[in-house]
Amino acid sequence: MLGIVATIAALAVANLLLGTVSIPLRSVAAILFGSDGESEIWRNIVWKSRVPQTLTALVAGAGLSISGLQMQTVFRNPLAGPSILGVSSGASLGVAFTILFSGLGGTALSRLGYAGEVALSLAAIVGAMLVMALIVYVSQKVRGNVTLLIIGVMIGYVANAVIGVLKFFSVEEDIRAYVIWGLGSFARVSGDQMTLFVSLMVLLLPLSFLLIKTQNLMLLGDGYARNLGLNVKRARLLVIASSGVLVAVVTAYCGPIMFLGLAVPHLCRGIFATSDHRVLMPASLLVGAALALACNLIARMPGFEGVLPVNSVTALVGAPVVIWVLFRRRKTELNE
Amino acid sequence: MKRTTIEIRDLSIGYRTHRKTRQVGSGLDASIRSGELTCLLGANGVGKSTLLRTLTAFQPPLAGEVRIFDRPVGQYRTAELARLLGVVLTEKCDLHNMTVEELVGMGRSPYTGFWGGLGREDLRLIDEAIDRVGIASLRGRMVHTLSDGERQKVMIAKALAQQTPVILLDEPTAFLDYPSKVEIMQLLLRLTREADRTIFLSTHDLELALQIADRIWLMEGERGVTVGTPEDLSLDGSMERFFSRRGIRFDRRIGLFRVVRPSVRSIAVAGSGERREMTCKALRRTGIDPVAADGEKRPLVEITDEAYLLHEACGSTRCATIGELLEKLE
Repeated sequence: MLGIVATIAALAVANLLLGTVSIPLRSVAAILFGSDGESEIWRNIVWKSRVPQTLTALVAGAGLSISGLQMQTVFRNPLAGPSILGVSSGASLGVAFTILFSGLGGTALSRLGYAGEVALSLAAIVGAMLVMALIVYVSQKVRGNVTLLIIGVMIGYVANAVIGVLKFFSVEEDIRAYVIWGLGSFARVSGDQMTLFVSLMVLLLPLSFLLIKTQNLMLLGDGYARNLGLNVKRARLLVIASSGVLVAVVTAYCGPIMFLGLAVPHLCRGIFATSDHRVLMPASLLVGAALALACNLIARMPGFEGVLPVNSVTALVGAPVVIWVLFRRRKTELNE
Repeated sequence: MKRTTIEIRDLSIGYRTHRKTRQVGSGLDASIRSGELTCLLGANGVGKSTLLRTLTAFQPPLAGEVRIFDRPVGQYRTAELARLLGVVLTEKCDLHNMTVEELVGMGRSPYTGFWGGLGREDLRLIDEAIDRVGIASLRGRMVHTLSDGERQKVMIAKALAQQTPVILLDEPTAFLDYPSKVEIMQLLLRLTREADRTIFLSTHDLELALQIADRIWLMEGERGVTVGTPEDLSLDGSMERFFSRRGIRFDRRIGLFRVVRPSVRSIAVAGSGERREMTCKALRRTGIDPVAADGEKRPLVEITDEAYLLHEACGSTRCATIGELLEKLE
């Protein structure tokens, strides 16, 4: 765990130093600690771009990984991820509505700047929350986990279908704005928005840790969990809600970030060889944060700027890593 | 002094959805006594699992009541029941990356604090459970690498660590090889005596149940549940009725079931001891009725300490093994 914390620190520093413009460590430190001697341009780059990006990647990676772990535990399904229940599709739907309908009103939202950004985040949160409310309602009605999972996936399809229809009737400029939102990025959040986003996540992440014992019991399956005193329905509701809120907030500010939430829990199980959530939760939080920082760094390397969206990097870097960890794990198992 | 731990009164079990009700059994009256091993027997589909689910409050009764320690089960909170009833279910946990010790430790959940951390007393009880079940050598193994029998023992240890006076098991011997079945049943019997647990289990392993159980609950469609010791149920004809099918006969003398084959001829057998018993068994198995040597004209098998001598009208043959004898008789 300490190793991961050190890695995070190193990656965070690298995120501040490296980019199309390289700024030496001394200057970055000086800028962060508020001395005046440094150039105005560097100061702007550090405060307006790199610090927000670093913090955003940190909390977004942590949030998505925790969310993914919770979904995998609730559904006892290794393929579950934060977006499995259609919560992020709900966010996309909210954004699609806002971008594409605003076009009908005459001014394209994509030209509104800051007000547009706030509107997008709001729309995404509203969309995601609506889908989540629906899922939570359904979760109290249906008995089986598999049924719920299928219903969640179906809701995702419906949301995507509606988005498709909306796109068809929209002007090209708006579609482009929507597509760019959909690529996902840690760089979009700035200023007050970033403060709000980071504070929200700092509040929500510890809350998810309250469900550790619940999640451990869920591993045993409904029957055993209930026999050990767990209120299975309420537990399912709480864990889905926790996971849903995390992914809703992250998606609202960063767009749909794929892969991290699915991969990080597997990575952690592989590294720590345990399914105890007292280890997996903090581990997912840290590994998620580290991986997000690493991906952000790669996506921003000179030459890639603007070419590689974060979503491509997460999968390109993450998939081989996960496969490698699973393979290594399999070998040690066979040797036992 | 034995007391009643679980009692069912005029119980109807089944499933209720908002549209229709499917009743599986009704008018069930029976009780489980403390410190005993009780086996629930019944054909497939008669509602054994449903009854178990109702006893453990996993599903509500359609009518009547289930009383646990003289209080209706519905009045207990889930957390209270977790300290009274431990279960071992048929559902196979798909657990990866969890050691045997951790899984047994999950049994302490009703007692642990907010984060589920284990205290010294918890660890002692986990050790005790592991020792009682005899799986000390497995404690560091990952659960997904265990065989079915080993896994079943781990789940029993989990239920022991849960420190509940009553343990209910749904077909704990299914999918096990015969020695493992016997081992599990003997383990459970020992737990009722040494660890003072009340144990209730459903099973299809009739022979084992009849030899090991203190009491039997016989579950039949219309008759509901008949309760008694295996011997009483043998004597009053319940067992016979229960399995009155062609090809199965209940042998009241030994209180066990026997597969019967229609016999086509008879042979006289002379001799005594184990070798005679086994010869008779082999003859019955091949459709020959062994009878005591009398004046009738029929082939005779004479059993000595060295060989099996077959005397027929056409002469005598000496056979070294029962296998040889059967070949000659074909």
